[in-house]
Amino acid sequence: MFEQLTERLSTAARNLSGKGRLSEENIKDTLRQVRLALLEADVALPVVKSFIERIREKAVGEEVGKSLTPGQALVKVIHAELITLLGTDTAALDLRARPPVVIMLAGLQGAGKTTTAAKLARRLIEKDKKKVMLVSVDVHRPAAILQLETLARDVSAMYCNSSASEKPEDIVVRAIDQSRRSFADVLIIDTAGRLHIDKEMMDEVVRVHDIAGPHETLFVIDSMAGQDAVNSASAFDKSLPLTGVILTKADGDAKGGVALSVRQVTGKPIRFVGVGEKTDALEVFHPDRMASRILGMGDVLTLVEEIEGKVNRDKAEKLAKKIGKGRGFDLADLRDQFEQMLNMGGMAKMLEKLPLAGKVNTAALNGAANEEQMRRQMAIIDSMTPGERRFPKVINGSRKRRIAVGSGQQIQDVNRLLKQHLQMEKMMKKMSKGGMKKMLRGLPGGGMPPGPR
Amino acid sequence: MFGKKKTEEPARRDGFVQRLRARLNKGDSWLTYDLANLAPGRKIDDEVLEDLESSLVMADVGVDATEHIIASLRKSLARKELKDVDALYAGLQKIISEILQTVEKPLSITEGEGPFVILMVGVNGAGKTTTIGKIARRLKDQGLSVMLAAGDTFRAAAIEQLQAWGERNDVSVIAQQTGADPAAVIYDAYESARSRNIDVLLADTAGRLQNQQGLMDELTKVKRVLGRQNSNAPQEIMLVLDASLGQNALVQAEKFHDALGVTGITVTKLDGSAKGGILLAIARKLAIPVRFIGIGESAEDMQEFRADEFADAMLRPANQVEPAT
Repeated sequence: MFEQLTERLSTAARNLSGKGRLSEENIKDTLRQVRLALLEADVALPVVKSFIERIREKAVGEEVGKSLTPGQALVKVIHAELITLLGTDTAALDLRARPPVVIMLAGLQGAGKTTTAAKLARRLIEKDKKKVMLVSVDVHRPAAILQLETLARDVSAMYCNSSASEKPEDIVVRAIDQSRRSFADVLIIDTAGRLHIDKEMMDEVVRVHDIAGPHETLFVIDSMAGQDAVNSASAFDKSLPLTGVILTKADGDAKGGVALSVRQVTGKPIRFVGVGEKTDALEVFHPDRMASRILGMGDVLTLVEEIEGKVNRDKAEKLAKKIGKGRGFDLADLRDQFEQMLNMGGMAKMLEKLPLAGKVNTAALNGAANEEQMRRQMAIIDSMTPGERRFPKVINGSRKRRIAVGSGQQIQDVNRLLKQHLQMEKMMKKMSKGGMKKMLRGLPGGGMPPGPR
Repeated sequence: MFGKKKTEEPARRDGFVQRLRARLNKGDSWLTYDLANLAPGRKIDDEVLEDLESSLVMADVGVDATEHIIASLRKSLARKELKDVDALYAGLQKIISEILQTVEKPLSITEGEGPFVILMVGVNGAGKTTTIGKIARRLKDQGLSVMLAAGDTFRAAAIEQLQAWGERNDVSVIAQQTGADPAAVIYDAYESARSRNIDVLLADTAGRLQNQQGLMDELTKVKRVLGRQNSNAPQEIMLVLDASLGQNALVQAEKFHDALGVTGITVTKLDGSAKGGILLAIARKLAIPVRFIGIGESAEDMQEFRADEFADAMLRPANQVEPAT
């Protein structure tokens, strides 16, 4: 599905290339693909509709930057808008209140509330140096209380005992009292999972909320949730004054469009993302990463930006000038290029950021052009005299031997480098100007990637 | 006694259909709510089909399956077969039933050497343990002897949760400590079930996300170990799917199927407002039999899956449901 989506977007975007300005006409097809992409990522339909409308308004008339193709320009608009909608405020928990600060978790069955409660406790204990107490008011699911007790021990949080025969309201009263007496900074209340349409159970959670008076009420939702998430999220939001959302099981391969739906419906920030089974697998939410994930784009944008930012423009231009004047592409230039590649994290890293990464055998590429090898080749060039770098033709057998020894490499390595340089020189001559910049644009990352076919 | 049971059975089933219908039609944006809101006698045109398309997508049917359904309705429209809302409704129900009919295959417990083993698998929070409790109850009511194996040795208190279900149903539970090798636990349980002439062994496993290779390998090991004791075991590998999940449920089904060869699916939590439309996509793509659907917390709230019932419940507006007698 991941590939399919990327393919859709790339095909649509390719059809866009060569147009200087985005218009209603030339983005129509791409927008259709984006619509399908979002639906397949489980973004709720009403949210998708309003999103597409916003994109249309923003994109039409947008000038396509010089260094981007129109496809990239549109993807950039979409991505930016997604980030805005997902919330630019990566709000951490607000714990500025009189301790014990009460945090309450609520959500559907199987969303991962109990595990999340333990993760949150561990995070507050280890990162924020808080004294945390956990309590479960889940008197419904068998062994739910025991599960939290076990987890509390694992993360060395304090634990307030409760039993399935008690009323949730009574447990809360006791827990608040106990947390106060044991000077806890934070009290985390884990509630039973419930359906938003189960009136009795929703009334119960509201009563618990009223008694607990939590400073933070967090809605816990499975990142694999489907279209119905908007209904459950808004129902919980109406019953409880939610202050934030925690997205769980994001280490799966679901695209997590529910993040966008829930954020849109409740307007509440997504605080954390659960990314694994261990109690330390809780991360702060990053809207940009989630945006890329929903669109299934890998980190295309990061790459576009990195190429724009990190390629040393001065050097690239100097090289372009030099080649333009008809002077050759020498070994010193090759060295500069290696350096730039390394700056971007090497070939493998660049490829990883492309959505087609799954299809490309990165291991094989690693062998061909990995960082280690680039560093070695740079060492070989460093062992040459400036004259040799300028005029590689003068390098004869004895010079090769000297260079090999000087760089700690084999003569064959030196030969390979010289051969590689020769090929690149030929390529450079073919290009009248543009140099590195243009070459990079020729790489899959520079333009929208071709379909993985 | 038998006579009594027979007369009770249909009544209970009717009740279930009523409840299923009422529950699947909770929420206010479902298909026939929109359909019913069309003025009677209104001409069916592309616009109506587009609205219907949206409704299907909102039921998690997924883009591909939705396109399939709409394309087929469009053909009927071209042949002038869809004169009014009623005809559209009938056409839609026919298509949905047809898709689901292929997967309507109830679980049958076959007698053979050793216990009939049902291995429950699924992602975290799908409802495996609860489903085991319900199936155990059901099988016991049918007069079969049942044993449970606490194969979820990872999650805190998972063993105790299963034990609670065991106590409730008066069924013995074979368990070891948390952290034990699930394959070993299930192996022991099998031995124990065989020596005690138990009919059915229900084996729980820890929830796992389908993209975690190491954990999926753990499951294939469980399967291998069981197969060594009896080449037919496990006779059923049941995937538990949460109805509120979206398109990832299809990926789940595919990956679990690839790894283990899933032989049956149970859909849980259909008592929410989620419609479980992803079932259509799964039926079309993988054709894995759907065994049970769960629409509530109590053991009676789980029943065998029936295609026309499900399609009907999906489509018929809630206000058309006759009150339960």
